[in-house]
Amino acid sequence: MDDESLDEKSKQLRRDILKMLYRCQSGHPGGSLSLVEMLMALYYRTIRVDPKNPAMEGRDRVVLSKGHGCPALYAILADLGFFPREDLWNLRQLSSHLQGHPDMMKTPGVDANTGSLGQGASIAMGMALAAKYKKADYKVYAVLGDGECQEGMIWEAAMSAAHYKLDNLVFMLDHNGLQIDGSNDQVMGLGNIMEKFSAFGFECLKVDGHDIDAIAEALAAPANGKPKFICCETVKGKGVSFMEGNAGWHGKPMNAEEYANAAKELGGCIDA
Amino acid sequence: MPEAKSLRVAYGEALAELGALNDKVVVLDADLSHATMTSIFAAKYPERFFNFGLAEANMMCAAAGISHSGLIPFASTFALFGAGRAYEQIRNSIAYVNANVKFGLSHSGLSVGEDGGSHQSIEDIALMRVVPNMTIFVPCDSVETRKAVFAAAAIDGPVYIRVARPVVETFTAQDAPFIPGKANILREGSDVCVIATGLMVKEALKAADALAADGIRATVVNMHTIKPFDSECVLRIAKKCGALVSVEEHSVIGGLGSAVAETLAGQSDAKFKRMGIQDRFGCSGKPADLFAEFGLTPTDIAAACRSLIGR
Repeated sequence: MDDESLDEKSKQLRRDILKMLYRCQSGHPGGSLSLVEMLMALYYRTIRVDPKNPAMEGRDRVVLSKGHGCPALYAILADLGFFPREDLWNLRQLSSHLQGHPDMMKTPGVDANTGSLGQGASIAMGMALAAKYKKADYKVYAVLGDGECQEGMIWEAAMSAAHYKLDNLVFMLDHNGLQIDGSNDQVMGLGNIMEKFSAFGFECLKVDGHDIDAIAEALAAPANGKPKFICCETVKGKGVSFMEGNAGWHGKPMNAEEYANAAKELGGCIDA
Repeated sequence: MPEAKSLRVAYGEALAELGALNDKVVVLDADLSHATMTSIFAAKYPERFFNFGLAEANMMCAAAGISHSGLIPFASTFALFGAGRAYEQIRNSIAYVNANVKFGLSHSGLSVGEDGGSHQSIEDIALMRVVPNMTIFVPCDSVETRKAVFAAAAIDGPVYIRVARPVVETFTAQDAPFIPGKANILREGSDVCVIATGLMVKEALKAADALAADGIRATVVNMHTIKPFDSECVLRIAKKCGALVSVEEHSVIGGLGSAVAETLAGQSDAKFKRMGIQDRFGCSGKPADLFAEFGLTPTDIAAACRSLIGR
């Protein structure tokens, strides 16, 4: 996919995310929109998956540890054909396979149940450890939120990933700087997150989290025998002017006017 | 009669035996392998043993990830730090997806002894019992512990094995059945019934001996599986005996006693008394002294039976 079509694809995915969230009048727009290019770099440029065979043994695994960002994941999985795109419009409804937080038992292409923050990092680490034991060559990617890094479990997982030399494990941080109660710095400062992961034994890289080429390059960079940490600098609510950088849009439903304005900014029209 | 043996040693030996038969079995611990006795497995299969250090929450979620990869992880630590500290990890990362993770958690109940109330889990059965998809085994001796490990491996889903610390007499037969969810009736009598689990099963048999000396015939049930619960057995015996006593080294809230009470409610008018820890914390002491302090000796059980039936 060339850069121009990727750009159009990112707009399309964002429109899908907003439509999903507008229709169910719940869910998390800010942290879904910030994730789009990170997941695009994974799914369109990096990983080995087969939409026709979601459980393929040798597939790469993606664990969306910040599970509340799942609308972005669902939009991509639908786009790749893991399930029909129409399913998206039933997000969070009774009998939908698209749960409020990712459910591997219900949704094709989802590799782990997440949503309770911190746990996905450890699940991914366990998957990477199992791959080493089985001598399988797949990689495991965990996508973390920055507020999530306040969970002690993240650091338990980080310590064990380095201890077991899991160079098949990548932690990608959606570093949008905001969480429910405000900025990371107001709520519980992360300090120098690059230095922290480096001190825990990770190969650390920092990229513009909305630059697919840069993210893909970082994903492909050598891990030097270590687990890898990619700090993706992102903007919460990316793509919608009134949501960008606004913590208030962490988990707020849009009204009709807001939805229309957001869709227009993304080159679409109201389609609800 | 076989030798006396600790259930935790039987647990470690059973893991090693299982490991020889199935290379998908891997064992996880959190710096307690010489207490949970997973060290026996670790010595034999170091490439399949993963120590996570003092990070129980991480260990439980790692176990989920390992099980998603087609392996069968047995994760061990003390009951309080597994079922307690890592409760929500077990709930969301393991049980919610019916992950094929087993956790043999040792040092359960008062019988931890001298380490005291901070280490005596009196609520682990309650915590695990309310979680959907969970199977709970509480073996009563070393022979039954081995069977519980093999039965757990045969189940596709999460299984909690509650393992006690002390060296205790091995009294169940090698060929006694161990069918998940099916209680074992160790003694038949129609005057009163003692339903016991774990280390309290042997104490219940001693109580039944004492009652027999007075002409009171007691049924003794070994409730080795707390979930799924053998309600059919409880109702049948309630009808036959009309008086039941449950005994466990666990809080009377949420454990075996609660499971019996929930079964009887609205379905039986049998008299019923719950013996266990009466909504208080444990404390340091020798296990035998603690059982006496908390009213869990054969004498206490026999007295409760007599009181219930007025004889």
